[in-house]
Amino acid sequence: MQPQKYWREIPARYRLEGGRCKKCRKAFLPSRLVCDACGSREFEKARFTGTGTVHSFTMIHTPPSGYSGPYVLAIVELDGGPKLTMQIADCGADEAKIGDKVRVEFRKLTQVGDAGVLCYGYKAVLV
Amino acid sequence: MAKIGIIGYGSCIPRNRIKVEEIAKVWGADAESFKRGLLLEEKSVPSPDQDTITMAVEASRRAVLRAGIDPAKIGALYVGSESHPYAVKPSGTVLAEALGATPECHTADLEFACKAGTEAMYICSQLVKAGSVPYALAVGADTSQGAPGDALEYSAAAGAAAFVFGSEEDKIVAELVDTYAFMTDTPDFWRREHMHYPRHGGRFTGEPAFFKHVCGAARGMMAKTKTQPSDFRYVVFHQPNGKFPLRAGQMLGFKKEQILTGWLVNRLGNTYSGASPLGLTAVLDEAQAGDRILVVSFGSGAGSDGFVFQATGRLASVQKLAAGTREQLDNKKRYLDYGTYARYRGKIRMAEK
Ligand SMILES: [Zn+2]
Repeated sequence: MQPQKYWREIPARYRLEGGRCKKCRKAFLPSRLVCDACGSREFEKARFTGTGTVHSFTMIHTPPSGYSGPYVLAIVELDGGPKLTMQIADCGADEAKIGDKVRVEFRKLTQVGDAGVLCYGYKAVLV
Repeated sequence: MAKIGIIGYGSCIPRNRIKVEEIAKVWGADAESFKRGLLLEEKSVPSPDQDTITMAVEASRRAVLRAGIDPAKIGALYVGSESHPYAVKPSGTVLAEALGATPECHTADLEFACKAGTEAMYICSQLVKAGSVPYALAVGADTSQGAPGDALEYSAAAGAAAFVFGSEEDKIVAELVDTYAFMTDTPDFWRREHMHYPRHGGRFTGEPAFFKHVCGAARGMMAKTKTQPSDFRYVVFHQPNGKFPLRAGQMLGFKKEQILTGWLVNRLGNTYSGASPLGLTAVLDEAQAGDRILVVSFGSGAGSDGFVFQATGRLASVQKLAAGTREQLDNKKRYLDYGTYARYRGKIRMAEK
């Protein structure tokens, strides 16, 4: 990952700062220019809570480069917020269930080789 | 003079553990000698995606939650560690950004073997006392490593503790009564640049290093505050193994029950910069208004910081606001075998990238 791209995503990845459509209230992380639900272009800043529910998940056995598997990749619906794709950390294949409550923790996502930037962000842990 | 003190505290302990038996088995060592001699049973192990920065963030979020403050008002934050993830680039900037404390914030990464966490507490408390910043955040965090098969491998563990210092009297949960520092140049333990594992002076780490500085700082702290061991409900010492803090307590005239609440090392291991700070968080989880607490850290090289705190009436109202230290130590543990532990800790040589 380029440091510039990583840096742009810091508010969303570190603090769950995204946007909410002013017209229909749909939540997005990161925020976007046009709401995909109502077409509005007006958004307000929103900081989402670090708790949510497992909406769905799968086991990744052949991870992309920079990641080591196997790991659980889930769609987590944040309480009062958007659905996000994130890893469930410290979790085996047989431990997660749809509907499980999770808490978002700050974890290392990947590192660029042995000398590149360290990338941090959110992962879920089962509560 | 205006009162200052801790207004919020938090801790982070990884879920993974490895038992002393599991390590001893690999090296043909006698597990019983570590269990009986050093009073070690198991230690925490960070997951591959946990490091000093991630644990500092988790512990600090709990501290800010208990403090009930706007993180943008944290005017200074310091992370003390001997395992900062970058050789060049601060841990503190990531922490400040994750909390929402940027950009009006001063930060520096501190290092003094196992004492870096209390160095951060020392500096933060004095900045608040001087009125330079409204709130200051001090973190001690480490994911330290011992060389495979070395005695340190049985104890080197991972964890973090964080404290928000402030001066608003209605926010203080533990008033800082006074501080004291004691240090000399003593080469008992070190790690040179680019070296992966530390070296230590074996038995030289005991009498002339740990005991001299811990007892020196504890006696100096009690003399400065005109107190004696019986004036304290709790005492927390640096805990590189189970035996050293108990022996220091005995030498100084403390009873075992004053030590045990903050004595986590038998099942946590040595969390280096996090060790005595984590002990203090475990004490703050239990303490009641009026209880006096003596904290004495130790960092090789070598020195000790002393602190006297007194719990206030507000403490009880924040204890349950976030996960407690013993709660993290006792629950949701994941036991690792040595192979998984070696992979998690990067002890296996991989193909170059
Ligand atoms: Zn909309």
